[in-house]
Amino acid sequence: MNTTWTADEMMTIAAARTLQDGNTCFVGIGIPSTAAILAKSMQAPSLFLIYESGTVNTNPQKLPLSIGDGELANHALTVVGMPEIFNYWLQSGRIDVGFLGAAQIDRFANINTTFIGQTYDSPKVRLPGAGGATEIAASCKEVAIIIRQTTRTFVKQVDFVTSMGFGDGPGSREKNRLRGGGPSRVITDLGILEPDPKTLELTMTYLHPGVDISQAIENTGWELKVSPNLKTTKAPEQSELDKVRALVSTSDK
Amino acid sequence: MIDATIELDGALKVSKFLELPQAIESYVKNGDVIAMEGFTHLIPFAAGHEIIRQKITDLTAVRLTPDLIYDQMIGAGCVKKLIFSWGGNPGVGSLHRFRDAYQNSWPNKIEIEEHTHAGLTNRYVAGASGIGFAVLKGYSGSDLVSHTQNVAEIKSPFSDEVITAVAAINPDVTILHAQQADKAGNVMMWGITGVAKEAVFAASKVIVTVEEVVEKFEPKFSSIIIPSNLIDAISVVPNGAWPSYASDFYERDNNQYIAWDDISKDRDRFTEWLNSEIYNKSSAGK
Repeated sequence: MNTTWTADEMMTIAAARTLQDGNTCFVGIGIPSTAAILAKSMQAPSLFLIYESGTVNTNPQKLPLSIGDGELANHALTVVGMPEIFNYWLQSGRIDVGFLGAAQIDRFANINTTFIGQTYDSPKVRLPGAGGATEIAASCKEVAIIIRQTTRTFVKQVDFVTSMGFGDGPGSREKNRLRGGGPSRVITDLGILEPDPKTLELTMTYLHPGVDISQAIENTGWELKVSPNLKTTKAPEQSELDKVRALVSTSDK
Repeated sequence: MIDATIELDGALKVSKFLELPQAIESYVKNGDVIAMEGFTHLIPFAAGHEIIRQKITDLTAVRLTPDLIYDQMIGAGCVKKLIFSWGGNPGVGSLHRFRDAYQNSWPNKIEIEEHTHAGLTNRYVAGASGIGFAVLKGYSGSDLVSHTQNVAEIKSPFSDEVITAVAAINPDVTILHAQQADKAGNVMMWGITGVAKEAVFAASKVIVTVEEVVEKFEPKFSSIIIPSNLIDAISVVPNGAWPSYASDFYERDNNQYIAWDDISKDRDRFTEWLNSEIYNKSSAGK
């Protein structure tokens, strides 16, 4: 095949493919949002997208730059207040999939978007914080996390648990009374990880075409578990690449 | 022309329509708890700039997303405490004035109280409802719980269910920007409205800046109306939400948000901005 693609394109397409038509999806801004909008132009045209800004069943025609972009409101079925979004849609368990990004993730898919390095009161790098992520991670039936895989992002211990994945293993979600099922997959620029059914530890189950397992291991800050049935992600089709490029080109940036 | 009035001190009736400097001077005091809401959309920037111009200080500033408006007010020394749930420059990066104040006490030390969107939203819901707290399933599993105030676990009186309680927030003043007011002093806003309604009902005083005054409201997609009796002052400030946006009036000025990253990174550049764009300009929108 002559087709080539970037790692980000592969990651976005791989994430988009995981969304099922008809699902209700709560989306964070950035690559998760790009992947969700892309999915609507691929296998999931009736994907029901909700953003925390209050836009319900929105069908944006170009990439929103921020979570409260007018593009999301102008193409929504309805726009509602935030108590409805968080209390009635999210907390009550009506969302199938939460789609999140993060700055750091650990082996149990706990994610950090609060600070990096040193302490909460005197951080090396202060990040924006929780926003909607803590409750998205808690309450959606399942959560997909999209994050580039490097030793800076895939860390042994996150500096701060902003949003809980599986805590410190089996039983943590129950102990913390989290309604949803937790992370079902982590999609990176190198492949896909899924929690081991027993230990809940993230396990590399797919590598993207052209990626070697040694790359994934080198770019993980803990001893990476690899599935004995490690598979290769299906290469992007030209139509998928055309769609993701067309979408990204709509960005105002 | 405009006949909406408000009783001051139980007697004197004056117009509710005030010039922005007069509205801020009348209702915003040093030390107030202030909520200037608007989720990406309809952020009351002109009112924030007037607060800076009037050198109001020691504010406890509440907003889900501090955005550039609070970054500017923090850098100008108006804020002593920030209550928030997502503190970035949306689509760009960090809020540098917030970080400099929090980490280096410039121009003054600020205290922070950090929440999740769901939690802070429910603090407004409790405030709007006149109850001391609201309940939600929230914060669980997050390290935030051990770093913040006004969040607690409680047991349901009806079952074994353990849930999260958040204390009500009742701002002294809530300030919003909206598209329209009518001559009777009602306000209509449409598009993304975030926690506007809750912030109004939770507050003691409410100031709204608007793009325009109309004879009569036309129905709009996803609109909300804030009746006149919930509002203390209305100021007509076209472009009052710039560089955020006002749906059907103007788009978000994304270049300004990008430019702010450089302006705010450096104390001298920020001070220069403060002098040229705020102190040496009279009250207005863009």
